[in-house]
Amino acid sequence: MNRIDELFLCKRNNILSIYFTAGYPELNSTATLIKLLAEGGADMIEIGMPFSDPLADGPVIQRSNETALRNGISLKILFNQLSGIRKTINIPLLLMGYLNPVLRFGIENFCKKCSETGIDGVILPDLPPEIYKKEYSGLFSRNGLYNILLISPRTDNERVRIIDSISRGFVYMVSSSSTTGVKGQFTERQIEYFRRIKEMNLLNPLMIGFGISDNSTFKEACQMANGAIVGSAFIKFLSDKKPDKVLIEGFIDRIRNSSIT
Amino acid sequence: MKYNVDEWGYYGEFGGAYIPEMMHSNIKLLRDNYLNIINSEDFNKEINSLLRDYAGRPSPLFHAKRLSKHYNTNIYLKREDLNHTGAHKINNTIGQILIARRLGKTRIIAETGAGQHGVATATVCALMGLECVVYMGKLDVERQMPNVLRMKMLGAEVVPVVSGNMTLKDATNEAIRDWINNPNDTYYIIGSVVGPHPYPDLVARLQSVISRELKWQLKEHTGKSDPDYIIACVGGGSNAAGSFYNYLDNEKVNLIAVEAAGKGVKTAETAATIATGSPGIIHGSRTMLIQDEDGQVKEPYSISAGLDYPGIGPLFAALNQSGRVTFESATDEEAMEAAFRLTRLEGIIPALEPAHALAVLDKIRFGLKDVVVITLSGRGDKDMAAYMSYMNRMNNIS
Repeated sequence: MNRIDELFLCKRNNILSIYFTAGYPELNSTATLIKLLAEGGADMIEIGMPFSDPLADGPVIQRSNETALRNGISLKILFNQLSGIRKTINIPLLLMGYLNPVLRFGIENFCKKCSETGIDGVILPDLPPEIYKKEYSGLFSRNGLYNILLISPRTDNERVRIIDSISRGFVYMVSSSSTTGVKGQFTERQIEYFRRIKEMNLLNPLMIGFGISDNSTFKEACQMANGAIVGSAFIKFLSDKKPDKVLIEGFIDRIRNSSIT
Repeated sequence: MKYNVDEWGYYGEFGGAYIPEMMHSNIKLLRDNYLNIINSEDFNKEINSLLRDYAGRPSPLFHAKRLSKHYNTNIYLKREDLNHTGAHKINNTIGQILIARRLGKTRIIAETGAGQHGVATATVCALMGLECVVYMGKLDVERQMPNVLRMKMLGAEVVPVVSGNMTLKDATNEAIRDWINNPNDTYYIIGSVVGPHPYPDLVARLQSVISRELKWQLKEHTGKSDPDYIIACVGGGSNAAGSFYNYLDNEKVNLIAVEAAGKGVKTAETAATIATGSPGIIHGSRTMLIQDEDGQVKEPYSISAGLDYPGIGPLFAALNQSGRVTFESATDEEAMEAAFRLTRLEGIIPALEPAHALAVLDKIRFGLKDVVVITLSGRGDKDMAAYMSYMNRMNNIS
């Protein structure tokens, strides 16, 4: 069974997924961060595949992409960093990034490598559901790889249903019409949108991402979905630190349990 | 039309709309409405009157006799440089702002490289009384200052982009991010035949006025509406798309697109996408792309900010593959020489972009009876600093 399904089967609420950029802050941080996040209590990890032109990302993740590329990260190196990771890590691991580097790597080879290293799912924001379904869904299935699709506040109900029918693992609910990054507390309109989607009772579990930055936004998101994804806030946290056990545990604890930062 | 986009937005294997879900509703709105709008009577009435009375169309077709004599052939210049704001870019911005208004949008965003598209956008926004934000790479802001000042005087906000390499590619990323963050009131006026479907088709149609006029103007000049050659420079490809559009199905007309080679197609400092690129995805479109072996987009180089783009319109990726269009390239140096030759022989100072098209005259020997049309896509006012530094360099050598 795919580890993403396993996770949602045994845990329905307060699921915390954390995003970080591969090769950031240092080229070889990837495996260390995965281990620290898993031990620190993250339920799921999204590993960013850096791209020169991350057009759905705000400044924080843009800069982490630039730094990681300067550090010399590539998909080839990333898969090397991930080899053997499954000896110690059991939580779901996802890759998130843009389509061009994946196509350049060769999408068949990419799926094969994901399967070999134990990657459970992929998030590619610039691969629309229609193209995915037509071109790549067969390939992903054959490799046991899930493709997680996004919905946004402007996605109408009919399209939400279509996306829910194509997405595997969960549906990634983008919290506002925006690029990634911290925006403060949720507005009435966002809550209304969360409620609209919640009441649709989708086939897939639902995770809220973009703008989840602290305990308050995390808790609120968890009332409307199975859990939430923290990205930019974690990258920002990493920017001036050498990550260790205490720091990562502290970060996760602050997201889960207290609003004091 | 054989070379038209198909119903899914592809030119053969190129094109499409590789966009995040956050852009879907706005792209769909445009896709579902653009053909109805541009084929409607009221749109055509409005755009035709603006193109004539505001932009100054039709742009003249000029028989460049001294240049013709120099190259032993018959050269005609399509004078897009004489349009209001000094380039072909206004053809597109007038059309798109009329579409934006019909879609109920009140805020306009644009990207710009050389600043010509930014100026053309700021101009129509002033004309229509709409808010205008132009994204421009910080490096381009520095090297195209006259156009920055024009945009500011026109009331636009010019945002210098400091992400990535701070040129046109990054300005386009930033404009796309703005649209993701402001989906309700904002319309994105893309400046070339690039981006997700339907933009490449939309911009090509709006620029096709160039070749539509060319047909009757050539007939007046030569008695025939078809030339032997049409030559245009290509960065994203909007003036080339417009120049070729109504001749694509007429295989007897040879079409030549000229890329910016920068310091040479064998160097890393080039913007010649067809010559040095490979298939990939940039700004929502599958096309040819200058990228490294890991699929990271490489920073192009050209002395011409308007051609300094690592991609190319998907239409051109397809026209290259089918062989319908011949691709040539010209270096900085060759473009400079060609610009001075035109200036001294005809009294016309071209922009650096079409100077690349003119440079092909030294590479291809045309026949004595051939009719060769070159699109002069813009005027050289914005490039005076580069021209002066070249002239000083030449004077020091001699």
